[in-house]
Amino acid sequence: MSATRRRWLSGLAAAAGGAMLSACDKLTMNPGVQKTLAGAEGLTRRAQRLVTNRTALAAEFPASEISPDFRANGSTSPGDPEYRALVDGGFVDWRLVIDGLVERPLSLSLAELRAQPARTQITRHDCVEGWSAIGKWSGARLGPLLDQAGLKDEARYIVFHCADTLDPNAPEGLARYYESIDLIDAYHPQSILAYDMNGEPLAVKHGAPARLRVERQLGYKHAKYVMRIEAVADFAHLGGGKGGFWEDRGYEWYAGI
Amino acid sequence: MLSVPSASVLVQRHSLVTRLTHWINVLALLVLLTSGLQIFNAHPALYWGDTSTFARPWAAMVAMEQGGQPVGITKIGPAMFETTGVFGFSGDQVRGFPAWTTLPTYRSLADGRRWHFFFAWVFALNGLVYLSANIANGHVRRDLLPERDQLKPRHLLAEIADHARLRFPKGEAARRYNALQKLTYLAVIFVLLPMMVLTGLSMSPGMNAAWPWLPELFGGRQSARTFHFLSASLIVLFVVVHVLMVLVSSPLNSLRSMITGRFAIRQGEGR
Repeated sequence: MSATRRRWLSGLAAAAGGAMLSACDKLTMNPGVQKTLAGAEGLTRRAQRLVTNRTALAAEFPASEISPDFRANGSTSPGDPEYRALVDGGFVDWRLVIDGLVERPLSLSLAELRAQPARTQITRHDCVEGWSAIGKWSGARLGPLLDQAGLKDEARYIVFHCADTLDPNAPEGLARYYESIDLIDAYHPQSILAYDMNGEPLAVKHGAPARLRVERQLGYKHAKYVMRIEAVADFAHLGGGKGGFWEDRGYEWYAGI
Repeated sequence: MLSVPSASVLVQRHSLVTRLTHWINVLALLVLLTSGLQIFNAHPALYWGDTSTFARPWAAMVAMEQGGQPVGITKIGPAMFETTGVFGFSGDQVRGFPAWTTLPTYRSLADGRRWHFFFAWVFALNGLVYLSANIANGHVRRDLLPERDQLKPRHLLAEIADHARLRFPKGEAARRYNALQKLTYLAVIFVLLPMMVLTGLSMSPGMNAAWPWLPELFGGRQSARTFHFLSASLIVLFVVVHVLMVLVSSPLNSLRSMITGRFAIRQGEGR
């Protein structure tokens, strides 16, 4: 084969390869393709719920397996002035609000939250990026808290509004972190609002003063810096309408996979 | 049309269900591999056990600076290799695998996961169709399980020698798969592909609550992630060898048999 011919052929192969790659990218960005691919999420959620008991517990580990280097992702030091003021005041002015579709809206101080029915668990945290770390979490059980507020019949989801702005460049409503879970996970015995990690008050980088632990789902569901818990019938009116900060950016709402 | 010498007979080699599931599997594995590399790139490091020991992965792709220039480094155990342009740093970006291997080419964990979990269902259901049909119709027992004469050491050694010289069975002997071929297909169908599903499910926190024994089986979630990566690498190796074997034995005949089902065998020719 002559050198020119070889160059011509390899040029052709590179062009064909490049065209195929850009076709794959175009396919990925196509809304119809996105919608079809996202359809698998419902199938996954139903299949997992089919084989998983509602109250099946996530694995718990001995204290010897606690990770010495538990990584913190997302916001690690929120710059929001209201939050900074709370940090500076040692969270004495922090109040956890529970409202929305409830009979008796609540407003709890950190001391009051610590007095609620609690659970301690040593569990593995699985980040969507692929890494895992084990930590010991103590916190108020979400189920009894919601019962105290009294969910109305229309309530279907529990939304966690957070103090941290994770994407300052995003339009209003999309900048701040928030998350949502359904009532199956809200009433799961391991779902807690954690205020202690590894026996110490939660550090700022891990979501002080309280973060959600929803052990059967990936890390991004475990909202940090929780300020307000709202019971809703639907989350379409919140943020980008997908039920969470990362969900609005293409990640699955059901993060059990 | 492919011309068939007059001394050949066409035999029915692949059933419709095998041909359909084969090509669906090709598509599914291609999407799963490329979207899997996209997901891997979100944290291009592998560990053993349940958790990530961030300072000590057993394998990792990283970017470093050397003389003011970014370089890609691949670490495997204590060994370090410079892999600029391929692993760790490529296309002026810090990334594990290069853009041309990932779906999509740009960095998007969310999109990679969408492709991966949609085609994981395609792959699993397609595999179930293949297995149930071919176990029920006897294809696995009749054509994939090696026959007694094929398992004799002398026969196996002869086959290995033949393969090394790229000499393949002809005539009547080509009616059945050779023993190396059968053993490889069995290993892929019954070990590697199920391994992908099981190690994949082991990484799901939801499935972990349902079946806590599953990640334990592999020594923890991060070990399962490592085995997922290693099994995928072995499947890539299988595909490379499989395609090479098709190319060097009888490319058009083999390809036709996986499309129309018919495979030409030259009669009266021994080996």
